[in-house]
Amino acid sequence: MATSPAPSRFDTLIVGGGLTGLTLAIAIGRLGARVAVIEAQPLEVLASAPYDGRVTAIALGSKRLLEGIGVWPGMADAAEAILDIEVGEPDSLGMVHYDHSEVGDEPLGWIVENRVTRQALIEAASALDTVHVAAPARIDDIERDAGSVELGLTNGERLRGAFLCVCEGRQSATRERLGIGARRWSYDQLGIVCTLAHERPHGGLAVERFFPDGPFAMLPMRGNRSSIVWALETGLARDVTALDDAAFVAEVQDRFGDGLGRLSLEGPRWSYPLQLVWADSYVADRVALVGDAARGIHPIAGQGWNLALRDVAALAEIVADRMRLGLDPGDGTALGDYAAWRRFDGLALVAVTDGINRLFANDLAPLRLARELGLAAVDHTPPARRFFMRHAMGLVGDLPRLMRGEAL
Amino acid sequence: MSKTSPATTLDRDEVVRFDELADSFWDPHGPMRPLHRMNPARLTFVRDTLVGRHGGSTASLRPLEDLRILDVGCGPGLVAEPLARMGASVTGVDPSERNIEIARTHAAAMDLAIDYRAGDSGSLVRAGIGSFDAVTCLEVIEHSADPDMLIADLAALLRPGGTLVLSTLNRTAASFLKAILAVEYLLGWLPRGTHSWKRFVTPAECARMMRAFGLRVSDVQGFDYAPARDAFVLSRNRDTNYIMTAIRD
Repeated sequence: MATSPAPSRFDTLIVGGGLTGLTLAIAIGRLGARVAVIEAQPLEVLASAPYDGRVTAIALGSKRLLEGIGVWPGMADAAEAILDIEVGEPDSLGMVHYDHSEVGDEPLGWIVENRVTRQALIEAASALDTVHVAAPARIDDIERDAGSVELGLTNGERLRGAFLCVCEGRQSATRERLGIGARRWSYDQLGIVCTLAHERPHGGLAVERFFPDGPFAMLPMRGNRSSIVWALETGLARDVTALDDAAFVAEVQDRFGDGLGRLSLEGPRWSYPLQLVWADSYVADRVALVGDAARGIHPIAGQGWNLALRDVAALAEIVADRMRLGLDPGDGTALGDYAAWRRFDGLALVAVTDGINRLFANDLAPLRLARELGLAAVDHTPPARRFFMRHAMGLVGDLPRLMRGEAL
Repeated sequence: MSKTSPATTLDRDEVVRFDELADSFWDPHGPMRPLHRMNPARLTFVRDTLVGRHGGSTASLRPLEDLRILDVGCGPGLVAEPLARMGASVTGVDPSERNIEIARTHAAAMDLAIDYRAGDSGSLVRAGIGSFDAVTCLEVIEHSADPDMLIADLAALLRPGGTLVLSTLNRTAASFLKAILAVEYLLGWLPRGTHSWKRFVTPAECARMMRAFGLRVSDVQGFDYAPARDAFVLSRNRDTNYIMTAIRD
């Protein structure tokens, strides 16, 4: 990680040094291209546990990308493999069991604590002398002309680059400043997140249950621990978050049952409002939106970061292919190609995750029957089951090289 | 209609036409869009050819480091800029003053140092500039009033052992249907009158002219258009666009 003075012109400027921004910086920096990352927080804060207690589901395609850019070894020891997934409604016939051995030797995915991933990313970025990190710093002003974008930062630095990648997440201030509109849809749900320890091993099983008041997921972590992601209608969620730890655990135990034995809370509980955000465009002149800044989806299917990494892999591939021919990585051709490549995938996942949430967040008898029939049908149709598994593993669609396990 | 003077390869009408197009040349969605879509395939050929002959790595971002390259008919810099980014020291020459003006402004905005000169290939020869490691002349000869003299100039500007990469349109029934009828009239991808089919040169004619000036042809490839990707790819089909390498003795 180079320190000041910064080079005069960067090939890529990235605002947002979170999971997505750092991954993009490493992928592009490894090409030998000069990258600058602007992050509002000091990096040490990002990697500390209190900053982010969440976990992220990493699909096979995403793991291949992280391997391809040399980050995975730094997180492999802390990643728990998902070997089976059980999806369905409690007290019903509709239950689908996805078993990884049906689609190959690889696990269906991995669960990794965000702070572990951040640490691995920060180490990998620090090892690259092509990556310059400006942190803590924010963008003070943005100027764009036909050939470049220039940023003035709050720390006094001025950075110039071929284009700016916005990786600030769904509430991106830069997206707003650039006048790129975004449609928002509040789910009127809060997501409740925490880590639970349990008496018995989870055996690599991830459980997703659809209750009428919202979906509940239990994701296997290293050791006898699981992370829960529990989406609840806002009013109810406030009641649940107001419970003391013991009452909260009792509520979870009540919903989840005692398959894993007695549950106990490990670390703090978190809650945040769930919102769908969908930017009007993936690109603007000399600007690309990446990950949640382009569209932030419901966490129900554990696909948010995987979708973001498909953005990263596609954009890094376009940048690599163009820069190796001496072409401008941030002109209208490059950004048009990126938008065209990503539009459909993003739209499909918004529709699917939104649809799942609406379908299940409903207790009407006919819908309930349709759900059960649908899930039962999937459970009894191996090709359908395999398709959904391969999709969740991030192996469906027009995949970028990094997601196919190839070199960039 | 002005007549071309005998001492130049230029067609004045063509120069005026390109003067008028200069402002929109860099717009990837403008009238020169097909050239932008074709550029990656052309540059792939140029890069791989020069790396193969002069060393370097195609995985590197500066595979043409230390090469002196001249781009003849550089327009506003669609090829000169990528060559400079790939590490070459680049001279660009174009008869359109307007093109050169835009090329200079554009390169400055890109923080690239390129030696742009208004004029034709003959003006460089007369000025005693030469000994280039490589000369590129892409989509130019079909606009020249005197292809023979143009090739003589290209040969004179190369050092012995230097590499010429030239691309143009073949004169075939297919090129008439695709490059003129479809591209200019039916699809409107290029302004009408951009090309004159009679001026197109076949690979054999080109090779014959090159031999006469001490240039030995070592490779000829064609381009196919892949509609699904809206991209041109190198292919063995040379019936419309083709690109060739020649080495100066």
